[in-house]
Amino acid sequence: MMEKIILGRYLPADSVIHRMDPRAKLMFIFGFVLIVFLANNVATYALLGAFTLFVVFLSKVKPQFLIAGLKPVIILILFTFFLHVFFTKEGELLAEIGFFTIYKGGVIKGIFISLRFFLLILVTSLLTLTTPPISVTDGIEALFGPLKKIKVPVHELALMMSISLRFIPTLLDETDKIMKAQMARGADFASGPILERVKAVIPLLIPLFVSAFKRAEELAVAMEARGYKGGEGRTKYRILAWKSRDTVSLVLLAVLAAALLVLRS
Amino acid sequence: MDIKLREVEYRYAAGTPFERLAITDVSFHIPSGEYVAIIGHTGSGKSTVLQHLNVLLKPLKGEIEIGRRTIVAGRKEKNLKDVRRRVGIVFQFPEHQLFEETVEKDICFGPFNFGVPMEQAKKRAREAVQLVGLPESVLERSPFELSGGQMRRVAIAGVLAMKPDVLVLDEPTAGLDPRGRHDMMEMFSSLQKKNGLTCVLVTHSMEDAARYADRIVMMHKGRVYKTGTPHDIFRDRDSLTAIGLDVPETVRFQRLMEAQLGRPLSRLCLTPEELAEELSRMRRESL
Amino acid sequence: MGDSIISIERVSFQYPDQSDFALKDVSLHVQRGEWLAIVGHNGSGKSTLAKMLNGLHYPQAGHVTIGGLELCEENVWTIRVKLGMVFQNPDNQFVGTTVQDDVAFGLENSGVEQTVMKERVLTSLEKVGMASFLNQEPHHLSGGQKQRVAIASVIALQPDIILLDEATSMLDPLGRDEVMETIRELKEREGLTVISITHDLEEAAKADRVIVLNKGSVYTEGTPQAIFQMDQELLQLGLGVPFTVKMSHLLAEAGLQLSKRHFNEEELVKELWTLNFEK
Repeated sequence: MMEKIILGRYLPADSVIHRMDPRAKLMFIFGFVLIVFLANNVATYALLGAFTLFVVFLSKVKPQFLIAGLKPVIILILFTFFLHVFFTKEGELLAEIGFFTIYKGGVIKGIFISLRFFLLILVTSLLTLTTPPISVTDGIEALFGPLKKIKVPVHELALMMSISLRFIPTLLDETDKIMKAQMARGADFASGPILERVKAVIPLLIPLFVSAFKRAEELAVAMEARGYKGGEGRTKYRILAWKSRDTVSLVLLAVLAAALLVLRS
Repeated sequence: MDIKLREVEYRYAAGTPFERLAITDVSFHIPSGEYVAIIGHTGSGKSTVLQHLNVLLKPLKGEIEIGRRTIVAGRKEKNLKDVRRRVGIVFQFPEHQLFEETVEKDICFGPFNFGVPMEQAKKRAREAVQLVGLPESVLERSPFELSGGQMRRVAIAGVLAMKPDVLVLDEPTAGLDPRGRHDMMEMFSSLQKKNGLTCVLVTHSMEDAARYADRIVMMHKGRVYKTGTPHDIFRDRDSLTAIGLDVPETVRFQRLMEAQLGRPLSRLCLTPEELAEELSRMRRESL
Repeated sequence: MGDSIISIERVSFQYPDQSDFALKDVSLHVQRGEWLAIVGHNGSGKSTLAKMLNGLHYPQAGHVTIGGLELCEENVWTIRVKLGMVFQNPDNQFVGTTVQDDVAFGLENSGVEQTVMKERVLTSLEKVGMASFLNQEPHHLSGGQKQRVAIASVIALQPDIILLDEATSMLDPLGRDEVMETIRELKEREGLTVISITHDLEEAAKADRVIVLNKGSVYTEGTPQAIFQMDQELLQLGLGVPFTVKMSHLLAEAGLQLSKRHFNEEELVKELWTLNFEK
């Protein structure tokens, strides 16, 4: 049941996007999130859409993976769409169905907002699909590095993140195993009234906690045995290299922002 | 209770880009009251097969007959409780499933889920700890303060208290020391003989398979490679080595001895005790 | 003692909430370049000893010297570089998100320069035959492969001693062979000192010397051949014996002539033949 989760998985491949510096990717996404809000008419949305498709094309990620990853959020997108369709009362009246009224402005706004939403999710899931989680962590650590000066434990937080990432598959596996062991003893996780179901989770949660604590303890011992005593005096194995393509990507984003500013109404 | 698998197939993550075939065309028969061992390497599909025996996994093709119930691929199966009660599975490292405050409550978890009343469940818990060789005083203790070996016994007692007809064991002795391993295997064997339980053992140990099983199923790359009695399976060393397994040490030793003697022994010995006896008989005859 | 790399002199240790000593007046020495197996069943004190050798416990009485350094809080980090440990659970000692990150972890901790690190990660992975798995994530590896990565992580730090704390007990037979073979090769090529703490008698049989612990004390020590002569005694201690030893015992009991408990299969076959069947 756990293996069906696709959103957020890294798919190893070789493309320009895969090879980008994670810092550049993070900055790019941050910038993209901002400029998406510049779009407000057909021309700007068309430009934004075309740009996104171009990035997807460059990443060589198979569309089926993107679509599979988007499945869980489609409901959310549809919900925003209908919310705007039914509650925005602008432009000419298109239809009246009982209590509901639909205006042209509402339909347009609905399309725009859900498109914005869609593009944001597409680009961010492209980040996780093309970047190993450890690189994302490295990128974050590097970008937030200056905060060390004001005593933010950036190294510790980054290490915590990378260890969590490393243990997610292990813990998912374990959840699956314990669930099956309890089901074999007649536990029922899937049916019954809500209170029953909450109670049914206890035989799953307690063993999971017990094992997570045991793992944490053993891991701490293993880390200590390999000489870990905090961030002081540590060197880094992964060194990020900023290449010209990273600069180009940010320049392209700036050009896009400028074009959007010109075209927006 | 008999279990029959017919052309069972299963794929993990079916219908996603991560789909992976786990087992295919798996057919074999577990006759009531027998001790069946499933052998094969990690990744041969043993564990997947095992999870079909109480329908934790539903076949994507084929069917499974469990007693009077038949599970057919593609059909919605409701109310699997009875199947789950009758086929008890002890997973690898079963001590990881303990969660209650006391050993007694934990053992009663299974029986409660299957609707056994409180008093009766407690009675079963007392019987079950005895079966696994623990003192009754352990019932009041927290399972988390027991030693690793004791925790495992408690977890096994939790499955036995369901009073299953079939006991499925996935590497039940993994990580135990030699004495613990021996005691536990003897315990399962006596449960099978005395209480008429059907036993299914998934194991890497050819010695255990040779000593305890009535019938062996060899798995390889998600398929049944061969089935037969231990004598059938271990007589044919080539087919074992072909899939990276080997005969038990006793059989290997017997072959060495036969080479030295220049003639075969009158029968294939599966345990060191048997072989010692056979050689001693030969010596007496030759004198 | 000749060239002992570890010496433990009259060491005792007791856990705070327990009445019995986990280790009681234990003295032992480990020679440079030897493979020493420490066996004992659960509760014999062997895991306490393992933890002590890595500075996770300090002796309450007596002294532990590792590579000429007294074990104390001051020296513990230097000692941890000299003595690398491989633990029981393959998952819970894998720190990195990929194979190469995991091997690099210890090097990062000791402040090794990045270019040197790259090279050492690669050579240590080559030594354990895992160089083609550089970017593999741990959940795609088998137990044996994870343990080999753990070994690579240890040897990347260039220790003198490698301590295996039940490192094969959670593996399947293939994984076990894989790890033992790796250790054997490494010991030969690098001149490492190997200490394996185990209850697997087949594993102990590969060692140069065996120490049997029981109830916190050294019960006996000797070569595997000598140790396995006392087969019934070992069984009483909750340990097993290797197959050939067990076979010799059963054959002798069944009335066949044998001069001793054999350790080597071919020798046993030969002797069985000459003393019993040859005409």
